[in-house]
Amino acid sequence: MTNSSDSTRINRNKQKQGNLSRQTPAYTVNEADTKPYVQIENVSKSFGKFVALRDIYLDVYPGEFLCLLGPSGCGKTTLLRIIAGLEPQTTGKISLGGKDVSRLSASQRDFGIVFQSYALFPNLTASQNIAYGLQNAKVDSEKIKNRVQELLELVGLEGIGHKYPAQMSGGQQQRVALARALALSPGLLLLDEPLSALDAQVRVKLRTEITKIQKSLGITTIMVTHDQTEALAMADRIVVMDKGYIAQVGSPHSVYQRPNTPFVANFIGVMNFLKGVTTANNQVRCGNINLEIIDQDLETNTPVRIAIRPENVSLVTSETNLPNVIRATIESVEFLGSNYHLSLSPDGYAQEMMTIELSNHQVKDLDISYGSTLQLQLPPDKIQVFPEI
Amino acid sequence: MTITTNKPEVIKPLVTKEDWIMRIVLVLSTLWLLWGVVLPLCPIFLKSFQDKEGNWIGLQNYLDYLSNPSLVASFFNSFYVAIASTLVSVFLAFVFAYALTRTAIPGKKIFNILGMLPLYIPPLAHAIGLIYLFGRQGIITRAGWDIGLYGATGIIIGESLYCFPQALVILITALSLTDARLYEAAEVLRTPKWRTFLTVTLPSVKYGLISAVFVCFILAFTDFGVPKVVGGSFNVLATDIYKQVIGQQNFPMGATISVFLLIPAVLAFIVDRIIQRRQTSLVSSKAVPLQPKPNRLLDSLMFVFCVTIVLAAIIILATIILASLIKIWPYDFYKLKFSLSNFDFSRVAGGGYSAYQNSIVVSLFTAILGTILVFIGAYLVEKGKNLRLLRLINYFLSTMPLALPGLVLGLAYLFFFVVDNNLGINNGNLGMVIPNPFGNNWVIPNPFGNKSFPLIILCNIVHFYTVCFLTANTALKQLDPEFESVSASLSVPFYQTFWRVTLPMCLPAILSIGIYYFVNAMVTVSAIIFLRPDDANLAAIAIVNMDDAGDIGAAAAMSTLLVLTSLGVRFLYWLFTQNIEKRSQAWLKR
Repeated sequence: MTNSSDSTRINRNKQKQGNLSRQTPAYTVNEADTKPYVQIENVSKSFGKFVALRDIYLDVYPGEFLCLLGPSGCGKTTLLRIIAGLEPQTTGKISLGGKDVSRLSASQRDFGIVFQSYALFPNLTASQNIAYGLQNAKVDSEKIKNRVQELLELVGLEGIGHKYPAQMSGGQQQRVALARALALSPGLLLLDEPLSALDAQVRVKLRTEITKIQKSLGITTIMVTHDQTEALAMADRIVVMDKGYIAQVGSPHSVYQRPNTPFVANFIGVMNFLKGVTTANNQVRCGNINLEIIDQDLETNTPVRIAIRPENVSLVTSETNLPNVIRATIESVEFLGSNYHLSLSPDGYAQEMMTIELSNHQVKDLDISYGSTLQLQLPPDKIQVFPEI
Repeated sequence: MTITTNKPEVIKPLVTKEDWIMRIVLVLSTLWLLWGVVLPLCPIFLKSFQDKEGNWIGLQNYLDYLSNPSLVASFFNSFYVAIASTLVSVFLAFVFAYALTRTAIPGKKIFNILGMLPLYIPPLAHAIGLIYLFGRQGIITRAGWDIGLYGATGIIIGESLYCFPQALVILITALSLTDARLYEAAEVLRTPKWRTFLTVTLPSVKYGLISAVFVCFILAFTDFGVPKVVGGSFNVLATDIYKQVIGQQNFPMGATISVFLLIPAVLAFIVDRIIQRRQTSLVSSKAVPLQPKPNRLLDSLMFVFCVTIVLAAIIILATIILASLIKIWPYDFYKLKFSLSNFDFSRVAGGGYSAYQNSIVVSLFTAILGTILVFIGAYLVEKGKNLRLLRLINYFLSTMPLALPGLVLGLAYLFFFVVDNNLGINNGNLGMVIPNPFGNNWVIPNPFGNKSFPLIILCNIVHFYTVCFLTANTALKQLDPEFESVSASLSVPFYQTFWRVTLPMCLPAILSIGIYYFVNAMVTVSAIIFLRPDDANLAAIAIVNMDDAGDIGAAAAMSTLLVLTSLGVRFLYWLFTQNIEKRSQAWLKR
């Protein structure tokens, strides 16, 4: 979906963003003066000539649930592995709990990790898997037994401790992996696409449970995912990554409502884009359509892309004096169960299609057959403007 | 943000105690491979440029070789029999494998087991079996059908029997990996069967087929046992080396011929590697396994074919066993007079039961030590971190022994390790002096010096290293690469995870490596024939001695012992794995 103008835009933007996240964390649940638990400073990673990560700055606050979100190949997993010490960074500094761990190996850092593949030891039972790290830490066996029991209860798997991984369902296996990661009460929990291998229904159930456990333990957590719904549902703060850069950092709301690049806008949720040029401070012309926008600090005749979410486009009757009312012809209709997605081509603008969302109720009294026209309104305060570079 | 212009410092992770352990073991593993595989080859080349007294004579040996018509003839003979045997065995193995994987014939399991039967019979024993059937006194010859066994015919039949199971293993694997959807697509497009075969089946097994061809070529080209017994006056390179070294003690010429044997084998190996590297997986993880549909005509033809092949294998084995029970072949056979007198080895050459015992001891040690070395090496190569170059070198050295003909390896070990002034090969320390700029050079003592069983065990371990290494490598690849990461996150050292998880998970592979080592060490002749101590013998070499002395009945008896031992061990392994499987079924995949 990204074209060349997108990526340049992002390149320019990430520096601003990296800086922003370092100085003014968007996460405000903890007091602003709380010291970050994980500090990533100017971290880069290259594999030969390929640069996987470029100048990453990121702070993670105690008790926070942070999501690294991005398409495959954006460097999110590499960043997680660098934080874990499973992969050395090329340059830059990592601190955990105020301690510089840049040069330490994974076994010298304090964290627990859950992988997409669960990575449970197949020849050990659930209990033995959970006890694996405890045994090595020379904890006495009675304590280990109690701790394992406690963890099994925590993840809701009482009574299946004797089972081998192959005898458990995917969801159960992932819970055991979570319990194993939490066994040594680490200061940091890392989740590497923990839900990707699971069925859709189990995934939704487990994501609520993981968030619940995370909140009850108050453990600082970093999760890697490529699934934006997962990130929006679980995270306190989302880091959107693209091509080795941080594209945006912010709360799920701010990332969704105010994406600061077309890439972020497009990656999270569905977004309609229209190309145009500014004709005044608060005017854009897209094809033959003139649209009112919120005052922008842009020169006249700047090429821009305006963006609006499908659910923000409203349907209007013919007599209205609201701004930005356009006519559009229906090109296709998708029924999604609880609602409809309609693709329309705006009259006077042939370049791109627009998608709008309508509830079943709204559709009932409408003619939504192919070729019929609707009147749409694009509220100016819901329109975002991205200048083209 | 102010962009700093000076380059940030490159982070070097601290090296932990664990890293050091891993590095040291990896270095040791690589060093031993270097010392067991590469260094011994140097004196072979060196010797080929020297005369009997050890003076440098340049290419004289090669010129002598090329101007000797009978020696040059063996070079082409070797090629001729190797190519013929390869064509025969790969063709038969392909049809057999096709029948087992792509048709609906009954009894596939039995066919599979019996098809592998020749694997447990030393090539030497195959040749002896052939003699009893087609030789001058062979029952088939006497029945009126003389195929003229001695010479090229016998060698090609013997080598084909020897190569067949090797090709079969590769081709069954290749033919099993397929996607039924490709065939469904072809059928929906109304493609005729023969075209589907040419456009879907053949391309998908191309690499397996190429691999089978090269493997069989190397085996047949370098084998010593079959030509030794049924070759008659038809000389090949392998028998020439044997004659030059054992018969005439002409080591330089032995070395020269070894080079002629080594180069085609190594070339074949390299070409195969290059071709295999191009292979990309055609079968995705989503592939649907092919369920062969019954086809009356094809199935009947294939069934008859499989029965014929299996019968041939059984007849050879039965002949060897029968012959060992018959005193005067074939007369006592006609009278059905059986006796165990052939098993009384006291009056024949070769060392009898003590040789058999020695073989078992040597094979056990080879199996135990070899498996340990192979598995540690494969583990470090596959699961090690960092030191990429060293791991690559280790991998390369591990695959190299496959290209080394047994005779060449044995001769190399003789030149490199054995100190013997009488033979004029007292350079047993070659390559083991490490220059020390600060004083006396370090000399690594040569632990052998004599022809001895420990040297034979070392030679066996190296000789069969590659197949074992690849088996271990495949098993390790199937383990989740994140096991090590999880252990690190729990601060559990890698060696503990190796012991508690990796090893138990790989137990079936480890056992099969052990069996492979044991069986091969029992039956091999070529590599160790030059290394056997003067005062003790091994069973497989004893067969050669008995055959040389004309005691072919005793040779058949000893072959029977070897075959039964191999099959017995294999059977024990099967019982044992059945047991393990039952015990560990809980954690085996659903």
